[in-house]
Amino acid sequence: MTIWKYGDNINTDMLFPGKYTYTCSTPDEIKPHLLEDLDPLFAKNVREGDLIIAGKNFGCGSSREQPVLGLKAVGIAAVIAESFARIFYRSSINQGLLLIECPEAVKAYKKGDPVSLDVSQGTVTVGSDTFSFPKLPKEILAICDAGGLLPYTRLRLQQKKKR
Amino acid sequence: MNMTFAEKILARYGGEKHVQPGQIVTVQPDHLLMHDNAAPIISKIQPELKQYGIFSKKLPVIVLDHVIPAAAEKNAAQHKQIREFVKMYNIPYFFDVGYGVCHQIIIEKGFALPGMLLLGSDSHTCSYGAVGAFSSGIDRTEAAALLLTGETWLKVPQSIKITLQKKLPRFVTAKDVILTIIGDVSASGADYCSVEFHGAIAQFSVDERFTMANMGVEMGAKNAMFPVDEVTQQYLRSIGVAKTKFKPVHPDSDATYHKEVTYDLSQLEPVVAVPHSVDNVKPVSEVEGIEIQQCLLGTCTNGRVSDFQAAAKILKGKKIHPNVRFLLLPVSRAVYLEAEQKGYLKALVEAGGTMLPPGCGPCLGAHQGALAPGERCLSTSNRNFKGRMGCKDAEIYLASPVTVAVSALHGRITDPRRGMN
Repeated sequence: MTIWKYGDNINTDMLFPGKYTYTCSTPDEIKPHLLEDLDPLFAKNVREGDLIIAGKNFGCGSSREQPVLGLKAVGIAAVIAESFARIFYRSSINQGLLLIECPEAVKAYKKGDPVSLDVSQGTVTVGSDTFSFPKLPKEILAICDAGGLLPYTRLRLQQKKKR
Repeated sequence: MNMTFAEKILARYGGEKHVQPGQIVTVQPDHLLMHDNAAPIISKIQPELKQYGIFSKKLPVIVLDHVIPAAAEKNAAQHKQIREFVKMYNIPYFFDVGYGVCHQIIIEKGFALPGMLLLGSDSHTCSYGAVGAFSSGIDRTEAAALLLTGETWLKVPQSIKITLQKKLPRFVTAKDVILTIIGDVSASGADYCSVEFHGAIAQFSVDERFTMANMGVEMGAKNAMFPVDEVTQQYLRSIGVAKTKFKPVHPDSDATYHKEVTYDLSQLEPVVAVPHSVDNVKPVSEVEGIEIQQCLLGTCTNGRVSDFQAAAKILKGKKIHPNVRFLLLPVSRAVYLEAEQKGYLKALVEAGGTMLPPGCGPCLGAHQGALAPGERCLSTSNRNFKGRMGCKDAEIYLASPVTVAVSALHGRITDPRRGMN
């Protein structure tokens, strides 16, 4: 497992350049351009189960969802950051990409530290230290449990029709 | 009642008497904005659309603006797909290529009114706080779900109150105000928050309020707004909206704010956001002399008649520097026509400017006016992220229309207070 470490304010153009926004929409079209202008090695070397650790305001900028779709498609297990920009945060709930807001864990992390997650307990362990992160409210967990917003919406539409 | 604007409006739409920050409410927005991305949005839900149809044909407002006229076959095919969708579902609020940028159309055509709630699949949806509406950006997937169900969840945000005092000096504009604020609070300083502008706001027209609300998202805000006053009312009358058509929401004077800041506008100076983040703000005087190869005047941030007027006043009868490509991007057809009739566009084109069609143009780097490695652009747009104008090895500087016009004249970033004397 590789841990990809980045700084503050990693914006949507760094995650997925705007010039491709209206030509690439599917995971296969998105993958080669992920983090293209930030870290050209990422798209080449990322593997399923890798983690991203970043600073403040991860995902700021555009509402484009290709960064989220792309990170999910390459198998990023979670993004752990000090904080997230709100549209990116919502978008990750909608796509089922796990985001963990835990500034203490980010600050504790040093290159080479092993990092592990226990989502059911709401904890992240960095080296020998364990930190907890807040659970999502129940209204939002329902979306995550359904596997994302579109599956959740399908369920609700079916239920409505039955009634 | 002690509620902020966001609390009051989310209580109204969430069917609650009182709400507090952190609470989750289910809301039905008045409108859902989509642009060229309506194509991938509807592609996601083809079977559901066939089975259930759309929630309401009056919910979506669709404006083609991001890559117009189509730059390549793929864009053209998306536009065609959207036109077919609009026809199939009889959607009344569709604005094809050439009407202008979605955010301007929403305000200009009266889709956003005081006290309304709008969501849109574009981050600058926060602009409609200029007329006292609550508006916020969402992603494509959520727009798709909204098309089907007409409702979504919102978390009640904490609120930040920004009080503006006294009058702005000459050559210092609303753009300088918002850039200064973003520089101070940082790109994450208003994350998840609702921003309210108070104080001496009567000096700001709806155009200028638009510029400031538009950039709320650049400090992370969920929405940004100006309380409705006589300036708003007069603007709404000018676009033919009767007073009976809306119900403004005013924040309570005893509301609780997460943070309060005050600015003495008389002390502000012209500023520039330097590469590669919007909060990297410096006084123009500190970056004067940097050579520029492109100037962009326009976009949803600063592409209105008053912006072209300010630039034309500076450049009338003059010629821009020969090393500068000066791109003019009116935010809508209506703005284009008015600025043309008033002679502003003629003055700017005679000075050496190049007209682009009303749309997003070079702002997001998909076409028109992309930069080459090593080039610099001074722009009135809202983002200077690395790679934003199509090239990761180029630099984007953000400033007011006044600073951009004066700098185009000199071929270098120039302090308008000095450049005009």
